[in-house]
Amino acid sequence: MAKLHITTTINGDATEFLCEPEQTLLDVLRDELQLTGSKEGCASGDCGACSVMLDGRLVCACLVLGAEAAGRTVETIEGVARGEELHLVQRKFLEHHALQCGVCTPGFIVAAKALLERDTDPSETEVRYWLAGNLCRCTGYDKIVRAVLDAAAEMRGEEAGA
Amino acid sequence: MDYMRFEAPSSVDAAVALLAEGGGGARVLAGGTDLLVQLRSGMVEPSLVVDIKRLPEVREIAAEDGGFRVGAAVSGAELGEHAELKALWPGVVESAELIGSTQIQGRASMGGNLCNASPAADTVPALIAARATCTVAGPRGRREVAVEDICTGPGRTSLAPGEFVVSFHLPARPAHSGDAYLRFIPRTEMDIAVVGVGVSLTLDLQGACTQAEVSLGAVAPTALRVREAAEALVGTRLDDAAMEALARAAAAACRPIDDKRGTVAFRTRVAGVLAQRAARIAADRARSN
Repeated sequence: MAKLHITTTINGDATEFLCEPEQTLLDVLRDELQLTGSKEGCASGDCGACSVMLDGRLVCACLVLGAEAAGRTVETIEGVARGEELHLVQRKFLEHHALQCGVCTPGFIVAAKALLERDTDPSETEVRYWLAGNLCRCTGYDKIVRAVLDAAAEMRGEEAGA
Repeated sequence: MDYMRFEAPSSVDAAVALLAEGGGGARVLAGGTDLLVQLRSGMVEPSLVVDIKRLPEVREIAAEDGGFRVGAAVSGAELGEHAELKALWPGVVESAELIGSTQIQGRASMGGNLCNASPAADTVPALIAARATCTVAGPRGRREVAVEDICTGPGRTSLAPGEFVVSFHLPARPAHSGDAYLRFIPRTEMDIAVVGVGVSLTLDLQGACTQAEVSLGAVAPTALRVREAAEALVGTRLDDAAMEALARAAAAACRPIDDKRGTVAFRTRVAGVLAQRAARIAADRARSN
């Protein structure tokens, strides 16, 4: 069967790709478009390593068919930094040592950025619940939560907090 | 594996025609949070997947007859952001918002939750307690069906070939009405209900219950509408005796499985306790509107 020809927008760029009907958006990003920042952890929507924004909503790319992206806008981890300039959330992850192996990190960054775009003053509990769909098996989460809270504080114009 | 065809029709008629043509090999794609997992694991190998999210009425929330018409593929996050819907049917909205992570909330829908037909589906007891109906489109046109008549067993529905759920109707309700949904899970979130309870009720000006609905999830092959439990509340002021009768009736309706997530005895006991708690929350909400 012929592949599907999909036209979409990825990280602000008009993008076309060919995919099989059963290929997920994650498969397309990684295997067809070489955007390998989004990771496959569980392939069942539990771990959040493939978190992307689809029409402004945080979703797991493993639970979206590539064909569904037609006419939509997709934002991935590759679109978070501006060239060499890291996004605030990325910088805070480095400052707080909020990663060890790094496989979960792109998903956490995309998810945390989505939270801070909605709310620049989340409580620690709100951060933990928002990120409950992102699993990290290295850090124990604490440094990740500190990094996100510190990024929020900086967005609000406050001094870097505890 | 045979080739799978993907279609994203832009009209309900086109969707129905595709589904009818696809027969038993066709699957409806709403939010995909169940279907894509099933595809990946090989649990299902459909010859055709019909994405219904290009159908405007499947993606909208609109006021209708004093209540709301909610598209089958509206996501949990969208339900939670709709202040008027949340004010009228807070229990229904909270049942949807309990499902999964932020990422899952961006996609998971009530239509998918219902038609996946898990006995533990969170929105189904809340929708049954709300006396919600759904519009089903199919080769013979449209029909309005009570939510409780859709699921017939685990993974099975009463939908005929070619039929799919287009939208839900949540009715208008009198003043001093409230609803609530509670579930038991062994964690704080991101889990599947061991027991789920939806309660909806209306109070009169003296605080007596004039109407009630109680529905239980995860304690039988399908979510149950428990009339005896509702009758235990109607005509009372939700005093201790009424609450005890509610718990007894809820427990008596349970026909649960025994598995690692909960024994028969545990689920039966918890159903009564959660029914009481949900009724109290629903009553508090009823008093405040």
